[in-house]
Amino acid sequence: MTTAQPRPAIAATGLRKSYGDKPVLKGLDLNVREGTVFSLLGANGAGKTTTVKILSTLIRADSGDVRVAGHDLAHEPDAVRAAIGVTGQFSAVDNLLTGEENLLLMADLHHLPRDDARRRTGQLLEQFDLVEAGRKPAATYSGGMRRRLDLAMSLVGSPRLIFLDEPTTGLDPRSRRNMWQIVRDLVAGGVTVFLTTQYLEEADELSDRIAVLEGGRVVAEGTADELKRRIPGGHVRLRFGDHRHLDAAMRVLDQPSRDNDPLALRVPGSGSLRSLKHLIGRLDDHRIEVEELSVHTPDLDDVFLALTGKPATENEKATTR
Amino acid sequence: MSTHALAPAARPRLHPFRDSVTMLRRNLRRMLRYPSMTLTLVGMPVVFLLLFVYVFGGTLGAGLGGPTAGDSADGRSAYVDYVAPAIILMTVTSVIQGTAISVAMDLTEGIIARFRTMHIARAAVLTGHVLGSMIQTAIALAVVIGVALLVGFRPEAGPVEWLAVVGFLAVMTFALVWLAVALGQVSKSVESASNVLLPLVLLPFLGSGFVPTDSMPTGLRWFAEYQPFTPMIETLRDLLMDQPVGDNAWIALAWCAAIALGSYLWARRLFNREPAN
Repeated sequence: MTTAQPRPAIAATGLRKSYGDKPVLKGLDLNVREGTVFSLLGANGAGKTTTVKILSTLIRADSGDVRVAGHDLAHEPDAVRAAIGVTGQFSAVDNLLTGEENLLLMADLHHLPRDDARRRTGQLLEQFDLVEAGRKPAATYSGGMRRRLDLAMSLVGSPRLIFLDEPTTGLDPRSRRNMWQIVRDLVAGGVTVFLTTQYLEEADELSDRIAVLEGGRVVAEGTADELKRRIPGGHVRLRFGDHRHLDAAMRVLDQPSRDNDPLALRVPGSGSLRSLKHLIGRLDDHRIEVEELSVHTPDLDDVFLALTGKPATENEKATTR
Repeated sequence: MSTHALAPAARPRLHPFRDSVTMLRRNLRRMLRYPSMTLTLVGMPVVFLLLFVYVFGGTLGAGLGGPTAGDSADGRSAYVDYVAPAIILMTVTSVIQGTAISVAMDLTEGIIARFRTMHIARAAVLTGHVLGSMIQTAIALAVVIGVALLVGFRPEAGPVEWLAVVGFLAVMTFALVWLAVALGQVSKSVESASNVLLPLVLLPFLGSGFVPTDSMPTGLRWFAEYQPFTPMIETLRDLLMDQPVGDNAWIALAWCAAIALGSYLWARRLFNREPAN
């Protein structure tokens, strides 16, 4: 699958956008493969929403070459619109209409025949756990329900590419987990998801690839693991049955350090198979018994700090926990 | 998953008519969900009608200088006939305040951003408002004319004249609704949208709506005679009273055409401009 190199769902080069004389995007390059989840990770003001707005035809880029769903963004915005679904940061539901009516409105705008519209609406209400709420006006919905309705509305036309701008910002932990499951289900169905988030944990949980956006530029891109490997801090933790084995290990291993646990040691290393083999070989050679071995990679918090030179914002700290 | 999933399909067609009908349905449904707005909008011209007929009518009617001048009851009945066209126009300007408010409301909510990223005829969002407001105005006009008839309005129009009245009101409403759609987009908030049309509500007072213009001081009279609402009110009055309409009808229609075209182009440009940040 990866060797076939299918047409990218999104291919952008040199994307630039300024508001007045304030540059927001300073030459963004993006490449999103079909059927994957791509996360744009960044703090508030990094340019995430602007990127989504441009890619979803809401605003125009100042310059840059962008193809979305195989269409040139600047010249065929209508064709792009026909292929995408967008759930923005601010809920795009009609508050005076019921959940069901909101979905039927979308079905009408997609020109679905009456029966198909009913079926699709019923199916989405079920899928998003809104059957009971379906007949109530959206104005009465909780934040999580509103977000689900919002996303359900984006899915009425069965788009192959979905933009989610901070889909879980402001949601309680349970609603957030629900939203993650929904995203996973979408991808299992072959949909491409482009999401923005300021939550490291979210990017880690969901994405095939992550681009870290900082000051209008992508400062790093890769899988969560690749990003983690790019920075120091990885180690292998060994736990021993008694002090005799621990002391022996201290003597033969490379740069061991003590752990909080008096019977455990930390050995720096990436956790690659080769280095593990080497480590285990040494322990075997000296007949040192290890009760427990675990590989620790730095979490994305470390990555974010190392890449952007600043800690995650207060907001992120409070909610990524 | 197939690698052809995102293959560019033949360029999908737009359906402006169908989308407009969908948007119209949305707006009518919203009006039903929010009936207090419609009631307020219809209530205003009714209150003005009752106020002008029962409080000021006797005196103002006596001052019209008609054959029955002098007696306050006769004056009142003469004044109902005089003021009704102005109240009818005021009904239109009142209802389109609601248009401006709901357009502004739409823009503050995220749903318009959603529409902009969908493959739909963009103008449909606006035409949906225009058609919805025209239906709302028709209902409001039926109510207000009904109340006017109850309080003694006695038009002399025959079926042909009534038909002309309906046609003329439709043209006038169409023009003013487009103006409201543009003004609703200009306003920064829902609150300011409800104020931006206030001048339109007051304009009939500075014309021939409530008193003949020859009773006004020179400067004001000049303004009153040349402002667009005066020929509109005069046309309605002549049609309803079965009088020859003369040039006023053409001047009024020219104003309507100019307002409609200018407002349509303005509204469309406002809607197509890039949303702020």
